[in-house]
Amino acid sequence: MKAAVVVFPGSNRERDMAHALRLVSGREPAMVWHGERDLPAGTDLVVLPGGFSYGDYLRCGAIAAHAPIMEAVRIHARKGGLVMGVCNGFQILCEAELLPGILLRNASVKFLCRDVHLKIERSDTPFTRGYNAGQVIRVPVAHGEGNYFASEGTIGRLEAEGRVLFRYTDAEGKRDPKWNVNGATNAIAGVLNEKLNVLGLMPHPENHVENAVGCTDGRGLFAGLVAHFAQAA
Amino acid sequence: MSAEPYSVIPNEPKITPELVAEHGLKPEEYQRILELIGREPTITELGIFSAMWNEYCSYKSSKIHLRTLPTAGPQVIQGPGENAGVIAIGDGLAVVFKMESHNHPSYIEPYQGAATGVGGILRDVFTMGARPIACLNALSFGDPKHPKTRHLVSGVVAGVGGYGNSFGVPTVGGSVRFHSRYDGNNLVNAMAVGLAETDKIFYAAASGVGMPIVYLGSKTGRDGIHGASMASAEFGEDSESKRPTVQVGDPFAEKLLLEACLEIMAKDCVIAIQDMGAAGLTCSAVEMGAKGDLGVVLDLDKVPTREAGMTAYEMMLSESQERMLMVLKPEKEKEAEDIFRKWGLDFAIVGETTPDKRFVVRHQGVEMVNLPIKELGDEAPVYDRPHTASPKQPVIDATMIEAPLPHADALEKLMSSPDLASKRWVWEQYDHLILGNTVQRPGGDAAVVRVKEGPKGLALTTDVTPRYCEADPFEGGKQAVAETWRNLCAVGAKPMALTDNLNFGNPERPEIMGQLVGCIQGIAAACKALEFPVVSGNVSLYNETNGRAILPTPTIGGVGLLDDFAMSASIAFKAADEMIILLGETRGWLGQSLYLREVCGREEGAPPPVDLMAERRAGDFVRGLIGQQFVTAVHDISDGGLVVAVAEMALAGNIGARLYGAPAFLTEHGFWFGEDQARYVVTIKPEQSHEFAERAKAAGVPIRRIGVTHGNALTLPGERPILLDALREKHEGWLPAYMGAAAS
Repeated sequence: MKAAVVVFPGSNRERDMAHALRLVSGREPAMVWHGERDLPAGTDLVVLPGGFSYGDYLRCGAIAAHAPIMEAVRIHARKGGLVMGVCNGFQILCEAELLPGILLRNASVKFLCRDVHLKIERSDTPFTRGYNAGQVIRVPVAHGEGNYFASEGTIGRLEAEGRVLFRYTDAEGKRDPKWNVNGATNAIAGVLNEKLNVLGLMPHPENHVENAVGCTDGRGLFAGLVAHFAQAA
Repeated sequence: MSAEPYSVIPNEPKITPELVAEHGLKPEEYQRILELIGREPTITELGIFSAMWNEYCSYKSSKIHLRTLPTAGPQVIQGPGENAGVIAIGDGLAVVFKMESHNHPSYIEPYQGAATGVGGILRDVFTMGARPIACLNALSFGDPKHPKTRHLVSGVVAGVGGYGNSFGVPTVGGSVRFHSRYDGNNLVNAMAVGLAETDKIFYAAASGVGMPIVYLGSKTGRDGIHGASMASAEFGEDSESKRPTVQVGDPFAEKLLLEACLEIMAKDCVIAIQDMGAAGLTCSAVEMGAKGDLGVVLDLDKVPTREAGMTAYEMMLSESQERMLMVLKPEKEKEAEDIFRKWGLDFAIVGETTPDKRFVVRHQGVEMVNLPIKELGDEAPVYDRPHTASPKQPVIDATMIEAPLPHADALEKLMSSPDLASKRWVWEQYDHLILGNTVQRPGGDAAVVRVKEGPKGLALTTDVTPRYCEADPFEGGKQAVAETWRNLCAVGAKPMALTDNLNFGNPERPEIMGQLVGCIQGIAAACKALEFPVVSGNVSLYNETNGRAILPTPTIGGVGLLDDFAMSASIAFKAADEMIILLGETRGWLGQSLYLREVCGREEGAPPPVDLMAERRAGDFVRGLIGQQFVTAVHDISDGGLVVAVAEMALAGNIGARLYGAPAFLTEHGFWFGEDQARYVVTIKPEQSHEFAERAKAAGVPIRRIGVTHGNALTLPGERPILLDALREKHEGWLPAYMGAAAS
């Protein structure tokens, strides 16, 4: 799997993401500066990492969505290539209209760093084939604006089309307002685009890939992607 | 820059005694300036002297005492005097760290004050070539009942988080306390820890004549002018009006500055580097020149400014954030500039080094400043201020104290009291996981972060017990160091070095000066006995409002080293039916204990004495046990005493405990709640108890079996069981409930 991690000014989890990709895929990802116009040849997976691009001084992700590299990301997605945005990367994908909806301030109006439980809604996507449908994983969130919101119509379509990939639940996989840490509509933690090749999620699976540091629940996402591309090759 | 003659501007305005006083300079200090330069200073020069000679920058009241602190050791690469301290941890790696206060700004404008405190200390660390890997902090707030406390907690915590989270460094630990003596003077002490290669440490001293001095980072604005002078004065009723002296932080700019600085350092472009912190351009330029025995010429027309029409005075004293000054290798100028442009940062050559040891500043063709550069720093006044020792407090006999509540009720009360209640509400607002190396998260004895890919790890903690320091500055100073040392040992780390952040009231009052001197003596004694040197620090004086000083608060930030991060111990009980053992000697010391304060309503008595040799024996013993994986859980005993430590272990592991009775020669409340020092609680597997006892005997550490892990409740003999779920609710509930309640 050839991965490219896009670095915007203010990205700050790009190292965490590169570490997870390296650890699980055994291959060094390319770090791509936002000012570039092209992705490295043969890129399989594009990752927009977490952080505070441009300080998040405007709406989160709003400026990064217009970075030169984003045109190449758009083309990659249009051709069916995989794109994953985590945290600030999710916000950028929404601002770039590669994903529907928007991330609002957390319902608590505070930044929150905490482990959460995520229910994997389906396992037949390249991003979740390393898990079983209905499985619950523990990964951390670290954000101030992760409260997913979209119009009723959009939410209805996302649900009907099975495009809600991750949901905040309790440890048993049950929806519970107590565990919906940011107040997201329908406890949505991650969504897919129509073609199921672009994923945005708020939590950080890249921070749970080793037992020594948390746990390995996030590893399945990367392992699944590696398997997906190994099979495609 | 040519050597054509400039004339010093005629003095506008005229320097009057009022103007001198407004600059925080005493008449005799002004007299000294006149003698030093042989003429009346310009207003810009007066501003510069005020900036260099204030308490915050010059350490004039504390210097002679700070010199007594042990600062050497085979691990020390750089002791106090640079931007941060540096120690070697093997494998060619160095840890760079320091703690600094941002107290006064954080009271006036809590969010920005705290945010720029974090920004400033991060800059100190990466200026030396280190990538920041962790932050900690120590926060002291006023009485929870004070009408401003909620606002300050909310703003300070959001500011600490807002800066660190965006910059991208995990905030892994710290402490939060409340006491009415911090009403009007809350404390924000921020610590940053970075990692560098031992042969790639960068220093402030310039070298070489005619070298370009480069200004990097954000533009200069009118914010923070005289911030350091403000931090060197007491507060009165007018403190709110000082808001314009508080700087505004831009963590995004700082993140770019970090990446750009590390990139040009890696490309070997840098001769010397100094961040613009307190007193901005003035302090950084003077330090670079003075440390390198060189003069400096600055041309202010080249300084990037945020607004038009700034005067030389304003530019020299601005404390705009996220700025650096660098001496570059001339042949690397272009390469360095390209890197800075790539990160979208300002880059301007604003001066050069000169051979004449003068500090010269020009603006719009006029020489505004021409001062002897060495004297600006070295000739700053140094005071041996009169000091009187704090009166000794009587030792409180536990048998004379009546226990007003059953012990179970007292424990619940303590666990939900402001100082002991869970601080989860605080640390969940800090990203403590970014960079992916946080092995032990906040809530334990010390945080543990992995060094690169391992196996080494660093243990980090901040500690002090201000009520002990108030009652007995010497014992309190010792205790702050001992508790730091203990917390590092409790996770299995070898304590390496510390940074101190000394927060006190007005040093011109002999009783306050007595606290400062006493605490420093105590710190020095403990550092010496524990071979635990001070490598960096900061002094914050004049923390008083309307003549009422804070509790003396010498915060200690400790760094320890683990050979294998995976072997660190944690406080959580691991399994049922394990043996719970108390290490160290218990005398049932209730003086200055939280039990006495929170349960009996009395703040009095002598604090527990610290036997440094016992401390060392117990710490070395515990570290050895952890290294051999002989113990399953470890917790140090501090605030609240033995049973609070056990309760924290039970809550962390969600496993209860059945405790045995107190020894007959002690009072029960003294045994359960006394705060005797040099003690730990550990758990072991029952089959190892015999070997454990033999080892403890050989190490000279007293032990006592105090109970067994069991069930879902904590049970003291003869008392109702305390269900862990109920205890957790109380322990976790206080702070969110307090912060959620409407301001009264």
